[in-house]
Amino acid sequence: MSFLELNRVGKRFGEHVAVEDMSLSVAKGEFISLLGPSGCGKTTTLQMIAGFMDPTAGSICLNGRDLTSVKPAKRGLGIVFQSYALFPHMTAAENIAFGLEMRGVPRAERDVRVREALAMVGLDGYADRYPRRMSGGQQQRVALARALVIKPDVLLLDEPLSNLDAKLREDMQIELRQIQRNIGTTTVLVTHDQTEAMALSDRIVVMSKGRIEQIGTPHETYERPASPFVSHFLGKTNEFQGEVIRRAGEALLVAGSCQWPAPVGPSGPVTITVRPEKVGFDSGSGNGVKARITNRIFQGNHWLFQCETECGPAIVVRQNTGEAQPAEGENVCLVWRAEDMGIRSVGGAS
Amino acid sequence: MSRNGSIALIFHTFFVIFMVAPILVVCLVAFTPEGYLSLPTNGFSLRWFRTIADYPEFINAFWVSLWIGAVSSVVALLFAVPAALAIARHQFRGREALSALFLSPLMIPHVVLGIAFLRFFTQAGLSGTFIALLIAHVVVVFPFALRLTLAAATGMDRSVEMAAVSLGASNWTLFRRVTLPLILPGVVSGWALAFIQSFDEVTMTVFLAAPGIETLPVRMFLYIQDNIDPLVTSVSASVIVITMLALILLDRFYGLERVLAGHSDRGR
Amino acid sequence: MSTSASVTAAQESAVPAPGKQERSGARAPWPLLLPALILFVAVVIVPLAMTVLLSFHNWGQYTGIEFVITLKNWHEIWSDPYFYEMFARTFRIAGLATLIAALFGAPEAYILNRMRAPWKGFFLLIILGPLLISVVARTLGWALLFGGNSGLVNKALMAVGVIDGPIPFMFTEAGVVIALAHVMMPFMVLSVWAALQRVDPQIENAALSLGAGQMTIMRRIILPQIMPGVLSGGIIVFALSASAFATPSIIGGRRLKVAATLAYDEFLNTLNWPLGAAVAVLLLVALVLIIVGSNAIIERRYSEVFR
Repeated sequence: MSFLELNRVGKRFGEHVAVEDMSLSVAKGEFISLLGPSGCGKTTTLQMIAGFMDPTAGSICLNGRDLTSVKPAKRGLGIVFQSYALFPHMTAAENIAFGLEMRGVPRAERDVRVREALAMVGLDGYADRYPRRMSGGQQQRVALARALVIKPDVLLLDEPLSNLDAKLREDMQIELRQIQRNIGTTTVLVTHDQTEAMALSDRIVVMSKGRIEQIGTPHETYERPASPFVSHFLGKTNEFQGEVIRRAGEALLVAGSCQWPAPVGPSGPVTITVRPEKVGFDSGSGNGVKARITNRIFQGNHWLFQCETECGPAIVVRQNTGEAQPAEGENVCLVWRAEDMGIRSVGGAS
Repeated sequence: MSRNGSIALIFHTFFVIFMVAPILVVCLVAFTPEGYLSLPTNGFSLRWFRTIADYPEFINAFWVSLWIGAVSSVVALLFAVPAALAIARHQFRGREALSALFLSPLMIPHVVLGIAFLRFFTQAGLSGTFIALLIAHVVVVFPFALRLTLAAATGMDRSVEMAAVSLGASNWTLFRRVTLPLILPGVVSGWALAFIQSFDEVTMTVFLAAPGIETLPVRMFLYIQDNIDPLVTSVSASVIVITMLALILLDRFYGLERVLAGHSDRGR
Repeated sequence: MSTSASVTAAQESAVPAPGKQERSGARAPWPLLLPALILFVAVVIVPLAMTVLLSFHNWGQYTGIEFVITLKNWHEIWSDPYFYEMFARTFRIAGLATLIAALFGAPEAYILNRMRAPWKGFFLLIILGPLLISVVARTLGWALLFGGNSGLVNKALMAVGVIDGPIPFMFTEAGVVIALAHVMMPFMVLSVWAALQRVDPQIENAALSLGAGQMTIMRRIILPQIMPGVLSGGIIVFALSASAFATPSIIGGRRLKVAATLAYDEFLNTLNWPLGAAVAVLLLVALVLIIVGSNAIIERRYSEVFR
């Protein structure tokens, strides 16, 4: 049962197409992320859901009700802006109370709910602070409390963590997910940060050039990227050129000096994709891509190897388990499990 | 961002009419073919512009204004650029007080400055001289020159200078090859704003002006005191057109807002 | 137009903090500062001190300035109701001009800020441009518009039916106030504009998403944030209006005296320099007190919110 439904939504600015033919249904209580590089249309989509922009095509429904002609002030959505957009002349408590005041919530109830909201984001005792006197993380929490206190049908988050430093961002990710789980508000997050999208969401919508590339759980989108764009945008990927040869009775996938039984699917020249952390070193067995290590970089919890293989450059990531690792200049064989490998014909999708 | 509503646009229209009307009416009346003040309803005429040529005191005043404006702005910058660099770069006791002193001509009413200069130059035996007028204008335009230079010097990335020093630049080379080129936009817009201020100044100058060394606005003011006729409107229209041209050039090359920024908190 | 941020940057950089790498308490760079300092001591401080001194000198019709110390001029200003009336008029005119500038300039700055690319720059030029056009030329324009009983303003107002007969603008306080409001308007627009540049562009959307209507957004969100701009613009306009000379002189004529025109008369017509100096010094002191006082109040009021 879909709660928030985008039905073939499009947005044009004159000649420029910002969002095209976008359909998406979000279930109640779901945390969904719109992920993509800048200019992919994710922010435009959020603005259309919020009502700050009108779609030029399609419709947006919330709980079965068409939102298209509803004014933003009446949509009842909670929004956290990238800049937080806190009212600088109001204290934290006044900021949070504003939405309740607009809804005519009586003073006494308002005070209680503001206090609860402050407690929820861990800011008890900060009620009378002005935004300028708060840190970025604290302002972020006020913005979140302000959006949530009105008990919105949907919470919209526009790059909410991008102004925080790396450490704080990780903490806030965990906290945000915790709060969302507790209160169960349907949430749409816009972000360009793939780790953030994976850490927070139930499902990820990967967007590029105004179109949806893939919708799936974080695991699905990472493990089975639907397009080259997705596999490159979500983490690093090695690509090798190979060929599928189908003869009577057998099908072989050949790359360099090694070969595997080919799965059902494409034939002819193909691109083989495999994630760097799925690749292992094997000096003995033989069925592996021959490679020489050009660079070995220690990164604390893992090692990063840059290799020159017979099928082109590759990178390998190995956990730092304390075992001895190959040295720079060493000749190795790169091996991986057949199921960790993706195959698509050259120039096409998988 | 949402657009302005119709009420806002009506308000805006009236506001623009209010701002433009007095300037427009001067320019229109200047073209009247009649011998008295009237809108040019019976065709446009340049007779009152030609008449300016018969009044050498206007022509003379224009040249005085131009010279005073150009020279006083340059002299003000000669004092202001070192001072701006010192204030922008160094933390020292009395820095705030010194800045306040240098910006004080913005806060002191020009009528008071005029009186003070008149008294001072009379005592010094310089009353009614070109040099007295020039010095007075240097003081009045100094804050504008200082403020824009200061903004440029503060906004400059100091590490660029450190890089130059590390590459072996001497003090003078550093200033000539690195610092000056980087603050030049601020210095030039400071000069432009200073020039315009000097060119427009009337309140203080009216105390110091003497026959032969009147600036154009003073000449116009004194003329209007006696009577208002189409001649003074044609002179005013010429001044308006010249200012507009300068304004457009300035906007093109430096951005008007940057120049006007020097204006923004005069009262402080 | 160049980036709007520059207005704000320059406005805040009156006395900007120097780079962190500088040692505080270091010696002042005198070689750089000395020329300007000498200039200001010699040609600003000394003349002002001489003017203050002048206001304590005596003056006689036939003797001219007498170099004695006397409170005669100050006593005359204090006791003669003519001066009281003149100063009251000066500050009344300045106050009304400031009020008009704020009531119309602030909304206009807001409307300008919401305009789109080519129009924004165009109208900003139209509205701020007059700042650089000679005050005499602008005031002449008002003199032409008011022009006695048959002036264009009266004709227009009568045509619209606002008034029945012509109302006098020339040589009246109303005329001076209108002309001054026009002359000072760009300062107000500029000041409010600078304040608007500091307002988060998403803030109206934030209020909208919380259920606020247009009026509520104006009153509760925008107005409080541009108030410091309106107030500092108000101080500028008030100070400049109270010491204005050319506009009250041309529109107000010889009878409707304000402080600046009276001082001018004493100096160049009556030749009673000591009395003129006293009027000027009093104007200066009053304005400095008003500016410093209201700046302090504004800063105290907004220090918590706007640093």
